[in-house]
This record gives sequence, structure tokens and C-alpha cells, in this order.
Amino acid sequence: MITTQEFHVNLGPQHPSTHGVLKLNLVLDGEYIVDCEPVLGQLHRGMEKMAEGMHYGQFIPLTDRLDYLASAANNLAYVLAVEKLMGVEAPERAKYIRVIITELQRIASHLVAIGTWGLDLGAWTVMLYTFRDREMVLDLFEMYCGARLTLNCFRVGGTTYDFPPGFIEKLKEFLDVFPRRVDDYEALLTRNPIWLSRTKDVGVISAEDAVAYGLTGPNLRASGVNWDIRRVYPYEIYDRVEFDVPLGSRGDAFDRYMVRIQEMRQSCRIIKQALEQLPPGEVMLDLPTISLPDKRQFPNNFPAVVRHFHLLVQGYAPQEKEIYLGVENPKGELGFYIVSDGSAYPYRLKIRAPSFINLQILPKVLKGALLADVVCILASLDPVLGEVDR
Amino acid sequence: MSLWQLLYEPDRWADEINKLITNWGLQLGIPVFITQLFLMIVVAVILLSFILLNVAFLTWLERKVAGHIQVRHGPMRTGPHGILQPVADGIKLLFKESITLPFVDNFIYTLSPAMMFTAAMLTYIVLPFAPGWVVAPLDYGLIFVFAAGGVSSFFVFTAGWSSNNKYSLLAGMRTIAQVISYEIPMILAALGVALFAGSLNLVEIVEAQKGLWNIVVQPLGFLLFLTAALGETHRAPFDLLEAEQELVAGYMTEYSGMRFALFYLGEYTHMFAAAALMTTLYLGGWQGPYLPPVVWFLLKAYALVLLIMWFRWTYPRIRIDHLMNFSWKFILPLALINLGVTALVLVW
Repeated sequence: MITTQEFHVNLGPQHPSTHGVLKLNLVLDGEYIVDCEPVLGQLHRGMEKMAEGMHYGQFIPLTDRLDYLASAANNLAYVLAVEKLMGVEAPERAKYIRVIITELQRIASHLVAIGTWGLDLGAWTVMLYTFRDREMVLDLFEMYCGARLTLNCFRVGGTTYDFPPGFIEKLKEFLDVFPRRVDDYEALLTRNPIWLSRTKDVGVISAEDAVAYGLTGPNLRASGVNWDIRRVYPYEIYDRVEFDVPLGSRGDAFDRYMVRIQEMRQSCRIIKQALEQLPPGEVMLDLPTISLPDKRQFPNNFPAVVRHFHLLVQGYAPQEKEIYLGVENPKGELGFYIVSDGSAYPYRLKIRAPSFINLQILPKVLKGALLADVVCILASLDPVLGEVDR
Repeated sequence: MSLWQLLYEPDRWADEINKLITNWGLQLGIPVFITQLFLMIVVAVILLSFILLNVAFLTWLERKVAGHIQVRHGPMRTGPHGILQPVADGIKLLFKESITLPFVDNFIYTLSPAMMFTAAMLTYIVLPFAPGWVVAPLDYGLIFVFAAGGVSSFFVFTAGWSSNNKYSLLAGMRTIAQVISYEIPMILAALGVALFAGSLNLVEIVEAQKGLWNIVVQPLGFLLFLTAALGETHRAPFDLLEAEQELVAGYMTEYSGMRFALFYLGEYTHMFAAAALMTTLYLGGWQGPYLPPVVWFLLKAYALVLLIMWFRWTYPRIRIDHLMNFSWKFILPLALINLGVTALVLVW
């Protein structure tokens, strides 16, 4: 007597296409998925707890390690949250610089998303093309702050650096070249029948499900829900620039791909407008309670040395209150909920990580899909495990 | 006569050497069958060295083509433009430990890579490289080619099964499904050519294309055969059984060292055989002006190989159910129509 039985496969944590240390316990019926259970937590570092032992300024470099493909965007979310807590606002020029850098970061993040997705479906060449262009963005970051991946370049009350000489020219060069490169990816993927057959009607998420599961970012917008924090609750200078919010209609993997492609083009538009409007001036508040003194005064100006020492050793204490602030990261809404007890250390810091929440819908979407679609759907949700596990 | 001139008359050359050695043997009192045996060994060695050198060259070529398509250089360190890379790879793989895990079915596990390579090499016996340059001009050569190709895929399946690994088993299952669905349209497409030539003998098929290549007469058949051949040889976009993003390394997951290398050799042998077969069936084989026949044959085969490589580095991988649908619902009906129309045209 011949019988068939279900088949258990562990996809990950060491698997080429789980985008990090994600483990999926799959139950297979032939090539079809019967059940899926994501096993999270293999990259858990206890960041929220670590935050309670640091004063506010010290936590900024750790936010780099959340979504390591979009470190500047994480910095921005955290810095804005602390600024809201402290009741301060960065100078105008700093706001523009922050937006330009985070939009570049969005492009870099989406490039990785599309490149690795192509790699997962066997289109190697796309991955090498997108990484070539991401390299240009990373070179710009290196020019700006010296780091390429973990930027750590924003501070409460402004940014550390102004644009160095020659940066704006290189940025304009990039903005000229990049739209043509996006056309290249579209030629390789958008009009490719195999890519269409692999992504159309695969991993469909309805608008109701997307909202019910708390999806944010491109994954939500691909389902047709018009929700972009940059548009709904504009922060920094997003109310002063024009941009479209690309939307999908069916909520399948192809829509999620198209939303990302169009967001890259929109990011270019935002950067161009921001460059035109870029005002002169300081990039850091000169507020004795939060900002470090100008180091050029150092040898002779004793109060400045004391201020520097105090800020670095004791930090600054906000009032006793609770705030939440979410910004539109490449992956979705990254929010920081900070409870302050009036000391220089947060009493509790909760991170609303978009990748973590976007990943929750995975078992529902995977049911009934093919094994080959697991990697496609996972890549289309674009999780970064540094953020999922925190 | 210089070697170059000889290449223009390969059949006369082969005949003369044959006669020369047989006569020389007879003068010394050696029976004809022993000299013939000696000649067979020499031919086998020449063919084997061609296959191995060719495969080595193909692995280098693939990496170079991939590199240039993907805006990078590919191997550059070993020799000029990395031409010695296959040698370095070979040495590395020879000295690697061939790990056998305790839970594998040892006999079949060890046998599969060797048999897969052997089966892939069998195809070359009937391929006519030039007039007279064919090891065995079998009357049923076309059938033999498909049989050898099918056997080669069978050992991919046994490798996946005997590895006792879930990923390998899945890859093995995919192999069987894929080979069955692509072998049938491939044979049907090739039958159109056989009808035209009135023979299954590959030499006669080539000779029947004098003046007009089959690709002109049977363009649809050529496209179908090309597609099916990609499926048959597990090349992208149909390389589902080693889809590293789903199945780690597919049926090769548990293999290492030289056994792994044998699979690799087998795959490239198979791929070149497919290109050579397409040359024979559709591109007029060795025929062409000015250049010696064997050069024409290799030029055409390599053009097809480059085309196949180009596909691999441009297309994403197709999904298993689309693969099946594509074969049974699209390629197979078209192949049947192609065959039917060919038959009708020939009758009238």
C-alpha cells in the first residue's frame, strides 16, 4: 500500500535565502506548504534593555544595528523621538541634510531589497547591478561621515557634519545617473515574463489583512492602502517637497516590487527638491543642555571643556513624560516609545520595528504556496533580521 | 600534406590512417582485429581528452561570460585572463576530502556521479564532428542520444535519493518530473528533422542539409528543441534542481571533493552535447564555406553554448508548476503540430 505523508523541512537559520538568521519550520505536502512557523530571536541582543543603561546620546550608535541596511533612517527616528521628548528642534539646514541622507538611505535599502530578491529567484545579474549602484550611495555616505554602513551621523539637535566640499556635485552626478539605472532593472525584471509569472498573484495580501496585521511601508502600500507617514504626519521638511506615494492594487509580490521601484524614483525627486531649497546656516543647535561645544574653543575656554565633560558623562535629563514618534523607514513605520522618569536614562524604551511586524503575516501568506514561492514571498516582505530580533 | 589541409578532407585522412596502420600490422603479422582495437583505444583517448579539455574550457568560459554580463571581470589571476582557472579548480577539488556521511546509501551514492558523467559522455559517440569523424555512425543515432541523455538524468535522481537529505530528495523528484516533461517534446521536435532526412542516422541528417539548413525549414522546431534542451540539461531558466535559494545545492548538497566535480563535469558535458546536437540537427553540422568542417562544427556549437550561457545570466528561474504547464500545455502541443505539419508537407 502506498501512502503519502507530510514532510518537515527546516528552512534556515543557515540557508542562503532567509536574509539573515531566520528559521522557518515548514510542513510540506510535496512542493506545497501546509504550515509554516517562523522561529525568531536568533539575533536577539536585548537592545531595549541596553537602552535603559545608557543616556540618550549613547543609544544612537545602537540604532544603526537595528535595520543595518538603513542605519541613517533609524538614527533619524530615534533622534526625532528624543528631540520631541526634549522639546527642541533642529536648525533648518540640519533638517534638509537629514532628509537628503535618509532618502539616499531609502534608495540603498530598496536596492538591496530588489537585488537580493532577484538573487532569490535566480536572477543573479540584477543583484550585481543593484549593488553596483548602492556602492555609489555608500561612497556618498563615506564622503559625508566616514562610515558606509552604520552611519551614526545624526545627533539630538542637528547633525554632526555639514556636507563636505564636493559632496553636492557628486550627489547631483548620482541623481543624473540613477534614474537610467532604474530603467535597467526594469528592463531586466518588470518586462520579463518569467519574473512576472514568479511574482504576479504570489503572496497576495488583501488591504484588510494588511491593516489587521499592522503592516506598514511598501508592503502596506502595495495592498492599496494610502498610508505614508511622510505624507500623513509630515516630519522634518516633507511638507515642503512634492512627491507621490506609489500604491499597488492587488497586494501581490509584483506590486510590492513596483512600489519599491517607484519609491526609488520618488526619493530622487525629493532629494532634488531638497537640494534646491537647501538653506545656509548652522547644522547643530547651540544649546548648552544638549549640544557639545565647538571643539575649536577647547584649549583656552574652560567652561566649554566642563560642558563637554558633563554632557558626555552625565548626559541630559528630559522632563518626566512619555512620547511616541514613528517615521517612515524604508521597511515601514519605525517608532520609538520612550518613557522618561526625569533622569538622564530612559525608564523604558520600546522599539516598534517594522520588519518584525511585517513578518507576522508570513505564515498566513505562505499557506498553500509552493516551496519555490517561500523565498519569493519572504524577499517581497523584505525583513531585516537585525530589526526583527533587536 | 600539412595538418591544415588534412582538416579539409577529414574522411580521406581517417581512411588513410586506418589503411596504413592495418597494412603495417598485417606486414608484421598482427591480426586485423588487434590493430583495430588499438585504433579504437587511440580514438577513445582523443575523444576523452577533447571532452575533458572542452569541459574545462567551458567552466572558464561560463565564469568569464557571467563576469562580463555582470559588470565585473571574472577570473583574472590564474594565467592570462584566468585561463588556467579550471586547472586550479581541478587541483583544489582533487585534494579536497570526499566526505561520505553515515546515513547515505553508500553504493549508489558513490556510483551516481561517475555514472552521470559516463552517461553524458556516451552522447559523443554518435556526434559527427566532421565527415568521417564519428566514432559510431549508428543508424539509430538520434534515439541513442536521447537514451544516453535520459540515463544521465536518471543518475541525478539516484544521487538525490541516496543522499538521504530532504533538499536532495526534492531535487531528485524535480529531476524526474522535469526530464519526463521535456524529453518528450524534444524527441517530437527532433522527429521532424528525422522525417526530412528520412533517417535517424546523424551523419545522414547532416548530409541531407546540404544547401539548406534545417533551421530555415523548421524554425519552430528549432525553438522548441532549444527550449526543451535547456530543460533537459537543467540549464537556466529551468535549473530547478540546483536552485540554491530553495534547495541549498539540490542533489549535490551532500557531495564534496571530486564526486562533486564529476557532477559538474557531467553537467557541462551534457550541455555541450546538447549544443552539438542542435548544430547537427538544425544548423547543418559541419557544413560551411572556406573553413575546415570541424572548425565550422565547433564554431556553431560554441555559438549555441554562448546563447545558453546568456540565458542563464539574464533570466530568473521559472517555478516548478509553471515549468510543467509550459511543457505539457505549450511546448508539447506545438511540437505535435510541428511534426504533423512536417509529415503532411512531406506526403504532398
